[in-house]
Amino acid sequence: MTMKYLDEYRDPTQVKLLLQKIKESVNQPWVIMEICGGQTHSFLRHGLNALLPPQIELVHGPGCPVCVTPLEQIDKAIAIASRPEVIFTSYGDMLRVPGSSTDLFSVRAKGGDVRVVYSPLEAVQLADAHPDKEVVFFAIGFETTAPANAMAVLLAQRKGIRNFSMITAQVRVPPAMEAILQAASCRVQGFLAAGHVCAVMGFHEYLPLAEKYQVPIVVTGFEPIDLLQGLYATIRQLEAGHAQVENQYQRAVNQQGNTAAQQSIQQAFQPVDRKWRGIGTITKSGWGLRPELAALDAELKFEVQDLLSQESPLCIAGEILQGLKKTVECPAFGKKCTPQNPLGAPMVSSEGACAAYYRYH
Amino acid sequence: MCLAIPGKITEIYQKNALQMAKIDFGGVAKEICLEFVPEAKLGDYALVHAGFVISLMNETEAEESIQLIQEVSRFDNEVS
Repeated sequence: MTMKYLDEYRDPTQVKLLLQKIKESVNQPWVIMEICGGQTHSFLRHGLNALLPPQIELVHGPGCPVCVTPLEQIDKAIAIASRPEVIFTSYGDMLRVPGSSTDLFSVRAKGGDVRVVYSPLEAVQLADAHPDKEVVFFAIGFETTAPANAMAVLLAQRKGIRNFSMITAQVRVPPAMEAILQAASCRVQGFLAAGHVCAVMGFHEYLPLAEKYQVPIVVTGFEPIDLLQGLYATIRQLEAGHAQVENQYQRAVNQQGNTAAQQSIQQAFQPVDRKWRGIGTITKSGWGLRPELAALDAELKFEVQDLLSQESPLCIAGEILQGLKKTVECPAFGKKCTPQNPLGAPMVSSEGACAAYYRYH
Repeated sequence: MCLAIPGKITEIYQKNALQMAKIDFGGVAKEICLEFVPEAKLGDYALVHAGFVISLMNETEAEESIQLIQEVSRFDNEVS
């Protein structure tokens, strides 16, 4: 079965040609970060990283929502999901992410009603169908997922569904990129920006970043040809001393993004300081529910304030997510930490860098 | 998480006061919310994430980018 808009971007002949062009254009070593964990997986799954010239070092960014969702919110989710009156709903990736002492899968194994949803609208429908239960949705994600999560909470409010609430752990890419660029230890010289984040938000937010920090930023898709085109454009800019925002992913992204989706985000959320797991608090890097939606805030609705959160002392996920260390430098990698028994979130997720190396290397 | 898949809109309708669509992903059909793309029409290719269309595929841009790659490839074959 062919898939339009996917198969054309996987053609091996074109991949070889682009790899050749990249080789010809590189004269110096460059460190380039792909922001999105989906891109990390695509690079490794297609083996592209091994085919790049040795001067190009790819470092993997923090664009993995389950990896950066703070431990404290995961512990709260686990506490809420354990309550007998609660149906807890989440995107599938989140269930195996370790909290301080357990995960959501284990809550389900012990009899908790924990369900995976594909769309947050399913969680609202569940609440509508089970008025005797409290339905809680774990609203994680970057800007790509924010409109869907926003629509769910707005719909619940509009329909007066009082037994729906959510834990809001929304994060945003540009403040995280700025935090990476401001760090004294920053090695990143160019970025592949996350194509689907930009499908929602556009790319105007990246123009001041490219200008201020003099880094090329190329909005990039997810298929092999997309990734190599994005890299080629970044390398050409680096070699020429340019620092501009370019859009490789024009079939899905324009500068202003999806304005209807942005409006829903603004109706539901407001910028908040957000703690990123392993990284720390980044100013205005998240979205929290607007005050008029406080009745739908699960963290206020349920008493879960006195939890003591404790990270595994072995896990170096924070440094990996900032591009400071490589997965394989972690002493626990593949030994004490595996996808079956993860110490940190990047070993769990389909976007986590550790899981990608474990699977494809 | 930020994975989004392109599919073809085969049906558009209202459900629970939301604009919805049937979208075909290479033979598998799913019900998807269209609220963020009021301009969507039958036959459009849409990028879908978490049950919502987040963007309509720009067919002209897509064809141009493919053509561009093929032209570069042809040129390279001719000179080499």
